[in-house]
Amino acid sequence: MGKVIVVTSGKGGVGKTTSTAAFGAALARAGQKVVVVDFDVGLRNLDLVMGAEQCVEFDLTNVVQGTANLSQALLRDKRLELLYLLPASQTRDKDALTEDGVANVICELRDKFEWVICDSPAGIERGATLAMRFADEAIIVANPEISSVRDSSRMLGLVDSRPLKVETGGRLEKHLLITRYDPERVARGEMLSVMDVTAILPIPLLGIIPESEEVLRASNLGAPITVCGRESAVSQAYFDAARRIRGDRVKMTIPSDNKNLLTKWLGRRAA
Amino acid sequence: MNRIPPRTQVNSAPVARERLQSLLEHDRCLINHTDLLSVLREEIYALVGRHAAIDPNKVHIMVASSNTASTLSVDIEVPFRVRTSATRRMHDGEGVFSYR
Repeated sequence: MGKVIVVTSGKGGVGKTTSTAAFGAALARAGQKVVVVDFDVGLRNLDLVMGAEQCVEFDLTNVVQGTANLSQALLRDKRLELLYLLPASQTRDKDALTEDGVANVICELRDKFEWVICDSPAGIERGATLAMRFADEAIIVANPEISSVRDSSRMLGLVDSRPLKVETGGRLEKHLLITRYDPERVARGEMLSVMDVTAILPIPLLGIIPESEEVLRASNLGAPITVCGRESAVSQAYFDAARRIRGDRVKMTIPSDNKNLLTKWLGRRAA
Repeated sequence: MNRIPPRTQVNSAPVARERLQSLLEHDRCLINHTDLLSVLREEIYALVGRHAAIDPNKVHIMVASSNTASTLSVDIEVPFRVRTSATRRMHDGEGVFSYR
């Protein structure tokens, strides 16, 4: 039986899709069979970040509505044979997904995969609720920025009430993923620190992903950051987070501004 | 220290921290308030509904607040004449009360 994880945040643009793709690829590279599912009906993007936009023929809505079966809609990653994608549809009908339909799809995916990672749409509407409905665990993505932290705080309440697992008396494990963390700005007092964020979002920290130009580069290329930017700090942070979610104990280091002036200067020149 | 250039900018992170804190306090009050009413409404409906067939649309809950205290008023329309438990026992099975 696979584990279902929802990647959610409330606010848009904080890195849910990037993180979903990065986690999926990191787990697949560790030998796990993974499917990433895009729940953002009408605004699908996970296929673009994964570089699979040309291959989409059927989608989640088709499977839910029974116009295609799961094996027709699942796309295998070009680079990682254990990584699959179930894209969202571009239909504008937000009500295209039914709870029962999604339940069936998730049930089938659980049988086929070790990890089912659901990329939630932004907001707290139906799509976001459906994405978390059948989850076993939740990853709350937040930027060290006030609107994101506020929305994530709101999201914690939803994650504690909406999933079926909670309704049936279970406990849903929550993890915090801080993304776009800029240690230099934190050091200068221009950005909320990890402590500031965790004080308001008091759930176990899964990882701290530093701000990096590599992320845009990876999305430009249509590859998860853990595939095309393997050496980067961002990629390493995702690999560590993926190991933590598998239960490994990996030491957490808060990215710090410990570069000396020369490397700073060189780094700036290289960028 | 501040020879070149003079730093006039104040650190913004502490400002963010402070704003966020007060924002969240405000949010929590708001959410708890609305949640409390809907939770009370559901629980009262469930409780009364265990003993009588009532229409969920006819359960009204209101909170009136003054500076010092709030009062909760509950208004439920029941589709029968309310009797005491003693008379209910006598007339049991009449179908006036519905049990789950």
